[in-house]
Amino acid sequence: MTGATAVSGLLAAEVPYWASSIIKLGVVALVVPTAALILGYVFLMKMMSFMQSRLGPMEAGPYGTLQLLADGLKFLQKEDIFPDKADRTVFALAPLVVLISTFLIYVVIPAGPDAVVAQLDVGVFYALAVSSLSVVGILMAGWASANKYALMGGLRAAGQLIAYELPLVLAVMGVVIQAGTLDLQKIVSAQATGEIFGWGGIGNPFILTQFAGFFIFLVAVQAELTQPPFDMPVAESEIVGGYQVEYTGFRFLFFFMGEFGTAFAFGALASVLFLGGWALPWGDLGHWGFNIAGPVIMLVKVLAVSALIFWFRFTYPRLREDQLQRLAWKFLIPLSLVNIVVTGVFKVVL
Amino acid sequence: MIAEHVAFGIIAAVMVASALRVVTTRDIVHAALYLVIVLAGVAALFLLVGAEFTGITQVLIYIGAVIVLFLFGIMLTRSDFDQDAETDHKRKFPAVLTALLLLAVMIGALVDRFEDIELDPTPQTTAQVSDELFSQYIVPFEAVSVLLLAALIGAIVIARREEGG
Repeated sequence: MTGATAVSGLLAAEVPYWASSIIKLGVVALVVPTAALILGYVFLMKMMSFMQSRLGPMEAGPYGTLQLLADGLKFLQKEDIFPDKADRTVFALAPLVVLISTFLIYVVIPAGPDAVVAQLDVGVFYALAVSSLSVVGILMAGWASANKYALMGGLRAAGQLIAYELPLVLAVMGVVIQAGTLDLQKIVSAQATGEIFGWGGIGNPFILTQFAGFFIFLVAVQAELTQPPFDMPVAESEIVGGYQVEYTGFRFLFFFMGEFGTAFAFGALASVLFLGGWALPWGDLGHWGFNIAGPVIMLVKVLAVSALIFWFRFTYPRLREDQLQRLAWKFLIPLSLVNIVVTGVFKVVL
Repeated sequence: MIAEHVAFGIIAAVMVASALRVVTTRDIVHAALYLVIVLAGVAALFLLVGAEFTGITQVLIYIGAVIVLFLFGIMLTRSDFDQDAETDHKRKFPAVLTALLLLAVMIGALVDRFEDIELDPTPQTTAQVSDELFSQYIVPFEAVSVLLLAALIGAIVIARREEGG
């Protein structure tokens, strides 16, 4: 979500449809790897290192900022290896399916009043639907590798992602009920123009009223990303990387970009749904300046949310499979249902 | 309207080709993956006629959940890489017969119902869908809910009995 998104938003008003479509496509194609790089460097490399009392990469570029680029180049040079018994077509397509699912989420995330690829009437719903497509890619990878660890990882991933899809969707329901819309832009403006007991000083970011929803959303996101403490599908000490075990070179890079790109996208979704998105509660929401300032505001919020997600990731040990399922079905889903009922009651009463 | 006809033609052609591969391929995992393309085509057709909500529900439910359960089931039960997980085509004549009968029934029903109805080309908003669902169609909606609940309980009862508990 850099200034480039805003520029495309400004251009979109004047250029023909086909040209704006191409620009938007290009912007998304640029934003996803950039997002993956930012999260990978700031959190995976630096934050984790500092939490473990070490420096992390320091050699490539100032403070090791270019380390991931160097890693990316290294991956591109690697041999493209297919296992002997692999189902070649499915094996090759699987990382693409995961990456496409990531790209599709970015289509609806707004970074300014005009800085959005497509403003859909069903924005949130669309984002959650396309994010669930990555499971198909993961299962394809697990199956096509013809490796029992890969298959086990794929199966674990499927069980986990189905279980956490429900709390993810249900957590968003509270926000949707309160805002009265599925459109992400309208959810942003509902928070910017909202009032807390008649006081509009900071708008009404839904994290205040939907704190339970925010909590459930973040836990479910953690599980959807198969990050620790929910990383059984890729647990390296048990199944040596799960569905990724046979992947090398640029295909592995695709999985990496998919994971961190999706982490960024979910961080952006959480910012839009709970933290007010690109808007500030002061000033005119339609002002063109928000197309420039919006992406910056979004980036700050996304980094804040990501910091929470990754803090969790580096702190907690891995759950057991039964603990994971119990957490989803016996705690998160009932909690989110209660949250929906309470929100619904307040919506009718107030 | 010409662009929509072209789009429909392309989507339909891809769907028919994939649907044929679903039943002709000998690898059962490939069959499930071709089914993904068919279902994505259905979603695309919904979007083409402006039914956004239905189209995206199609993606979330069918591709994100139903197909994943199919694949999950297949991989859990036939996880033998050394033997080719091949399917036989012994029952292809009854299968074709059933498919043709279903096609005839559905064509009959659809033509009978929608023969003279002009499709409204304006996109349908989610608010419209929910307003109609919870006013005009509230009784069928509740009936379906009860049916699904009964199916759910039935599935749990059967699963628990097989456990021998």
